[in-house]
Amino acid sequence: MRIRGALGSRRYLGIAIASFVAWTACWWALAASGWVDPLFLPGPLAVLRRAYRWTVDGDLLVDARISILRVTAGFLLSALMAVPLGLLIGAYRPVRAFCEPLLEFARYLPAVAFVPMVLLWVGIGEGSKIALIWIGTFFQMVIMISEDVARVPLPQIEAARTLGAADSEVLLRVLLRSALPAILDTLRITLGWAWTYLVVAELVAANSGLGYAILKAQRFLQTDKIFVGIIVIGMIGLGTDQLLRAAHRALFPWAASRT
Amino acid sequence: MSAAKLVIRGLSKRFAVPQGSFTALADVSFEIAAGEFVALVGASGCGKSTLLRLIAGLESPSGGEVLLDDRPVRGPGRDRAMVFQDYSLYPWLNVAENVAFSGSLRANRRRDRARCAERSRLLIELMGLARVAEAYPHTLSGGMRQRVAIARALQNEPDVLLMDEPFGALDAQTREVMHELILHVLASERRTIVFVTHDVEEAVYLSDRIVVLAPGPGRVDSIWPTDQPPALARTQELKQSAAFLNLAGRIRARIRETSGLQSDLAALRRLTGIKSP
Repeated sequence: MRIRGALGSRRYLGIAIASFVAWTACWWALAASGWVDPLFLPGPLAVLRRAYRWTVDGDLLVDARISILRVTAGFLLSALMAVPLGLLIGAYRPVRAFCEPLLEFARYLPAVAFVPMVLLWVGIGEGSKIALIWIGTFFQMVIMISEDVARVPLPQIEAARTLGAADSEVLLRVLLRSALPAILDTLRITLGWAWTYLVVAELVAANSGLGYAILKAQRFLQTDKIFVGIIVIGMIGLGTDQLLRAAHRALFPWAASRT
Repeated sequence: MSAAKLVIRGLSKRFAVPQGSFTALADVSFEIAAGEFVALVGASGCGKSTLLRLIAGLESPSGGEVLLDDRPVRGPGRDRAMVFQDYSLYPWLNVAENVAFSGSLRANRRRDRARCAERSRLLIELMGLARVAEAYPHTLSGGMRQRVAIARALQNEPDVLLMDEPFGALDAQTREVMHELILHVLASERRTIVFVTHDVEEAVYLSDRIVVLAPGPGRVDSIWPTDQPPALARTQELKQSAAFLNLAGRIRARIRETSGLQSDLAALRRLTGIKSP
């Protein structure tokens, strides 16, 4: 092992699988040893059994579906607003001067603290979950996208201008196009945060979804069900992350992706 | 009316810095004739790149003006294409698409499409890019990337080609190849060229006239005609000729004199306690 040494994709996968197996084995051994009360730490088999029963007899898929829909809606709303605004902030200094103080302030506001206000403003319907995800992701997203746009090499912009490009052409055909790979990375990273705020929203005000199911399981001390909920959210996150990475590689073969 | 393509008249440029303002150029005046190849050289901080950017319209002057065909330059325009040292190609476009980029801009829509496509094809051929026309910039060497940048700039048929240390990031061998290529292109595409470089040999070899700028604040120190044979008659052997070496040596000495290096050496002697001879 050398600092920044090379690692083939096969060996990477091998080490990753070994790590997964090792952690699961530790978990299983700890649960099976009897040192820990199953109430605090249900074993892998108990969790698997619960996952099976929740899927077959219960509504795991329905809960997962509604949660995915909420995250998608809140995240898309954020992205649709953040990409154009981030582009303008990254392109025009006066727009940055106008928006940045407010954004820097807003992004440190704890989204969770907005729960009571959101309930007051939007009510307890679907709007409240989407609004909370929006509050949690939008401000960070705008700032990160404006940075992505600001990092487009100046010669790319100036070359376009000396070739006769109008402002709108520099904006859309150079700045946006050049920053797209970085913007996709930003969206991939903020999607993870959207899931965090979804669970918060569902814990507080919902009667469906994975977060709500976790809360309900807590009331009945079904710790195995809590584990299933957490693992399912983790797997959905891992899946979409891999999907977006694959899209990045397919769409932007010239650009390296952030990790 | 003057016969000059470019007239630089009383040009000055100040930049705001934390300590107040920094004068990059002060009262610079000279003229460039149509079809002339002028090299700008000088010690670092002499404002040669700033001058080029003012001609391009990428910076606006603090005083004075740049006239192109007697009309003042107000901003960048398609009559003055620029070649940068690096990072100016569009990584999402392949070589052919990069070269053809200007043809898709609204400002150039009046140009005939068929003629544009034919010109792109010829430039790709001329610059030795035919084999890599479908390749993307990140797969190319630095030298090949600069060929694409030059082809893209020429594609738009600019009146003036501005080059900001275009070969500064290339190794010596690649640079020699690029010199031959530039002279070759010049023979078939006569354009007015303003070329910034820190390599005096390069300037003497390529240009018709060399403008030496002095730093602190940037100003014209001296102007040297190179009296070179026509572009295609120049060969690498020329670089070994006495006249060539003599001119390059004199220009380098002149740049050294303007750079304040003498006082630096005096300070160094004091520092190391060595008595000057």
